[in-house]
Formats: sequence, structure tokens, C-alpha cells
Amino acid sequence: MITFMNNSDSEEEPCNERTSLMSAESPPVPSYQDGLQASEAGEAQAHRKRRTGSSRSPNNVADGDTSDLGVPVRESALENEEEELTLKYGAKHVIMLFVPVTLCMIVVVATIKSVRFYTEKNGQLIYTPFSEDTPSVGQRLLNSVLNTIIMISVIVVMTVFLVLLYKYRCYKFIHGWLILSSLMLLFLFTYIYLGEVLKTYNVAMDYPTLILVIWNFGAVGMICIHWKGPLQLQQAYLIMISALMALVFIKYLPEWSAWVILGAISVYDLMAVLCPKGPLRMLVETAQERNEPIFPALIYSSAMIWTVGMAKPETAARGPSQQTWDAAEDGRENHRSPSHADCQVSETRSPVPTHPITSFEELEEEERGVKLGLGDFIFYSVLVGKAAATASGDWNTTLACFVAILIGLCLTLLLLAVFKKALPALPISITFGLIFYFSTDNLVRPFMDTLASHQLYI
Amino acid sequence: AFFWLVSLLLSSLIWFITVKTSDPWDEPLQKGLLIFGVMFSVLLQEAFRFLYYKLLRKAIEGLVALSKDGCSPISIQQMAYVAGVGFGLMSGAFSMINLLADALGPGTVGIHGDSQLYFLTSAFMTMVLIFLHTFWGILFFHGCEHRHWWEVTAVIVMHLAVSGLTFWNPLYLGSLVPSYLLMATAAAWAYLLSGGSAQNLRRFLLCKS
Repeated sequence: MITFMNNSDSEEEPCNERTSLMSAESPPVPSYQDGLQASEAGEAQAHRKRRTGSSRSPNNVADGDTSDLGVPVRESALENEEEELTLKYGAKHVIMLFVPVTLCMIVVVATIKSVRFYTEKNGQLIYTPFSEDTPSVGQRLLNSVLNTIIMISVIVVMTVFLVLLYKYRCYKFIHGWLILSSLMLLFLFTYIYLGEVLKTYNVAMDYPTLILVIWNFGAVGMICIHWKGPLQLQQAYLIMISALMALVFIKYLPEWSAWVILGAISVYDLMAVLCPKGPLRMLVETAQERNEPIFPALIYSSAMIWTVGMAKPETAARGPSQQTWDAAEDGRENHRSPSHADCQVSETRSPVPTHPITSFEELEEEERGVKLGLGDFIFYSVLVGKAAATASGDWNTTLACFVAILIGLCLTLLLLAVFKKALPALPISITFGLIFYFSTDNLVRPFMDTLASHQLYI
Repeated sequence: AFFWLVSLLLSSLIWFITVKTSDPWDEPLQKGLLIFGVMFSVLLQEAFRFLYYKLLRKAIEGLVALSKDGCSPISIQQMAYVAGVGFGLMSGAFSMINLLADALGPGTVGIHGDSQLYFLTSAFMTMVLIFLHTFWGILFFHGCEHRHWWEVTAVIVMHLAVSGLTFWNPLYLGSLVPSYLLMATAAAWAYLLSGGSAQNLRRFLLCKS
């Protein structure tokens, strides 16, 4: 227990970063349009901006500057097309994000409902030192608020630290930090999870088999997440580590603290992404200034980039100094939310600053996707998992929270299509989820129970 | 589904308030309140269906305005169908899921003298409700589209009737059979409204081209 708590130090850090921003500064349309204009203008800058998935305005600036080809006429004609594309791709991307979020939630709920371990109270994280076993309601409330304050300040400190590291280009440090945290997630937590599942179903497994399974799982996971791998496999791993992280939170956060933390973190997310001095916004802007992509590996991406093969000769041609930069960039890309592509992209992104014009054709085949930070996955799953764990065994509450979160996600993606810049994914969904949890648990449950006992239907 | 959920939320809020402010030991009053709650919930569901219709109408207008050739990628009939299915699935899920979870566990059905067919009839009832919601969705939207308010009223009346019939449970003959008849009527009506006809059906069944 103690070692576990100590270990959770390093594991907390990645999840703090993961709680941030939401998908795309690269919603499908601008990139598509940029692709069109870029192919006409043959402009390196537009290409780079699109590849880094930056928001709309820098793209426009770049395009406006570089393509003097009677663009105004084309632009108005393209705008209509672009809006239609927004909606068309928007709907597709909503579905593309629904599936992984649903899968993550299903895994968490299934585990909570079947494995007793994750609903037992076995101590708390050091980030929530105040216990909730107090006799009075007021004391308990106070303790949970204090726990929340401590947790949120830890998250804020970590985020600011990360932003500073990024600003001062300490890429190796970030890289190492990330590798360490994903190592722990992939090996230690999977080992515990597997152990508990086997215990629940009373399946015997010998140590050699266990070591083999966990070693393979972890090694393939590390490679997929931090380097190259098939998109589906990488997505699956990201879903699994989000689910594992969410399960840890569900187990170790005391009841009231969990709800207050969920509320507080959505407020924090809102502020961190939208306020001009918010750490996440600064991170996004710094990345845009440097024309670098932001941390692919801790962001779930639904897009597929096909230019890996093309990028390779370019990287080789670059020279040794560039190689270290690329490696560092890879490392940096492995952490941190807001949007962005998968590990295949991290390979192709390496040559971006040098940017060859010849890979344009490849880029147009690129299918733009939407990206969602892993922190968002984690907190959605925490909400639904907590609902499953503590709602008096009621499935209606779980279902209601699930629908509420998905609708919130839908609305957020709609806003993303409208505003076309990085948006926080947590606030709307978590607000809906919390409202529905409390109202379903307290209001709907007695109603439905009474109806069911008389077998009445509405 | 979300809209159905919100309507359920509001109706249970009302019921909860009425129950809390009334005497819990007064059996007939509680039963009366329950009936009131059910009817109010039905009306609220239909009201939310109407609100959803309004929302979808706006969305279709937006899509038509944006599209190149003036017609939207999804028609109002498809939306009606999807809305109906959403309502039905949510309603069915909320009715059945706790039952299913309990069905896994140890226990005997009807050990205290209740009907032994509880699970079976619940399953059938849920199924009929899901189908009915789908058909009602189509009928309702069609009625709103073409301003046939009698169609809308018919849907509301049918919903109230089906809910009311369930008050006769455990007299399952009284609740299930009429519900299925109503479902068949609604199915035929929705099919005809969606452009089907007896000839289409025959052609489909006989696999003619």
C-alpha cells in the first residue's frame, strides 16, 4: 500500500497534463481548405501550419500572405464548401470520438461491477489526505473541499511546470518523465488489474505466464504509444491506460471528494484553456509559434496520417544535428493533451520544420481527424465509474450519466466546429454528467423503482 | 435519447415533490399520485418529442441552407425514425436494465405470490413500447410536418392508452394484447405514411425486383 502510494507520485503527473485541452486545433475543414490552397500556392508555411494542426487564424494569415492568386473570389466560394465540409466531417468525427469514449466507459463500468477490489476502500492517495470518515456532514464537506483544493493545486503546479519545461525546451526531461509514467501505467497497474480480475474469476495463473503476458503487453504498449505502431493498436492502448487510470482514481478518491474534484477540474479546464494566461493556452500558443505539433502520444487521435514513408528520406537527408532535434521533438510530442496525432504523426512531424515541398501530395490524402486529450477520457470514465460504483447498484444512473456525457461531447464538438480553436472538453460533459447523476440517483430512481414494482410503463 | 431522459427527469421531479409533500401511509393517495405521475410523464415525453421536432426542423433548415444543391443529406423522415428509435431505446433501457441485472442474481420469480411471468411479460412490454415509440416518432413528425394535428393527438392518446393499460398488470391479457394490437395499427399507419403500400410489401415478400 505504501509503496503504491509513493509510486503514484510519478503517475499523477501525466494524468494532470492529460486533464487538459480538448481536440483539434485542427478541425477538419481548415486543414482541408489549407490543403487546397496550399496545393495551389505550393506554400511551405501553410503546409507546416496545417501539419502542426494549429488553429484557424495563423493558417489564414499564412495563406493570405502567400497566395496572391485572386484568392478573395476563391475564398468566398470556398467558405461555403468549407462550412459544409465542417458539418459533414463534424458528424463523422463525433462518431469517431463516441466509439473510444464509449469503449473506455464500458471497460471501466464492467470492471467496477464485477471486480470487488475497485470498490473497496483501502486507503487514500497522498493527494487527498483528509479522510471522509467524520461524524458530521459539515466536517465531511470541509474535508472534501480541502482535498479538492490540494488536488487541484497539485495539478496546476504540474501543468505550469510542464509548460515551463516546454518553454525552455527541456525536451529530454519531459520525454523521460513521460516514459517513466507510461512505464508505470503499463506495467504496474496492468499487473494489479490482471491480478484482481484473475482473483475475481478464480482463475489460476503461474508467474512465468504472467510475466510473459505483462512483458509483452507493456513492451508493445510502450512502442505503440511513444513510437510507431498501427493506429488501431495505439488507440486501443490509449483507451486501456485511460481506463486503468480512471479505475485508480475511482478506487482511491473518497466519495464526496471525487465529485467535488470533478466539478473543480472542469472549472480549471475551462480557465486553463480559455484564459489568456492559462497554462494550457500558453502551451498551445508556444507550440504554434514554434510550428511544432503538441505532444501526440497522450492525445487520442482518430486520424490517420499516411506520409510516414515519405518523411523518412527527408529525415535521413537532414543531418545529425537535426536528428537530435527530431528525437527531442518526438519525446516532447509524447505527452500532453490538446489535440494531436498519433505516433505515426510524430515520425512525420520530425521533418516538418525543414519541410519539403514534395510531400504535399501525400498530405492531401491525409484524413483529418479529431483529437481528444486522454485526461478527458479519464475524467469521463471516473464520472461514469463512480456512478456505477456508488449509485446503490442502479444501472439507470450509470446509463443516464453515460448519455449525458456523450451529449456533452457532442455539443463540445459542435462548438469546436464553430469556433475552430482548442476548446476544453471537460466542462460541458462533466456538468451534464453531474446534474444527471445527482438527479437520477435521487429523483428518478424512486420513481422508476415504484413503477417497476407495480409493473407500470411510461 | 437525451430528450427522453430530460423529460423523465422533470416528470420524476414533479412526482417526487408530490410524494414528499403527501402522506406516505395513505395507500390510495399514493396510488393516485403514481397514476398522476405516469400520466404527467407521458404528456411531458410527448412535449419533449415536439421540442425535439422543432430542434431538428431548425437543423434541417440549416443543412439545406449550407448544402450545394438545396437538399439536406438527411430527410425529416429519417430523422423522425431516428428520434423514435432514440426515445424507444432509452425508454426500454430504463425500464429493463435493472430487471436484467437482477435476473442474473440468485432469486425466484414470484415467490411472494406475484406473477411468475414477471420477467417474460416485462420483456414483451418493453419490446412493444420500443416499437411503439419508433412508430410514434414517425407519426408525430409527419403530423407536425403536414400540420395534421389529429395525427399528433392520436399519438398522444395512444401513448396514454398504452400506459394506462399497464395499470392492469398483472392481468397481462388486459395490457399486453391491446398494446400489441395498438402497435400493429401504428406500424401499418407509419408504413403507409412513409410511402409503403400493400404492393410494395407484396413485392418485397415475394422477392420480386
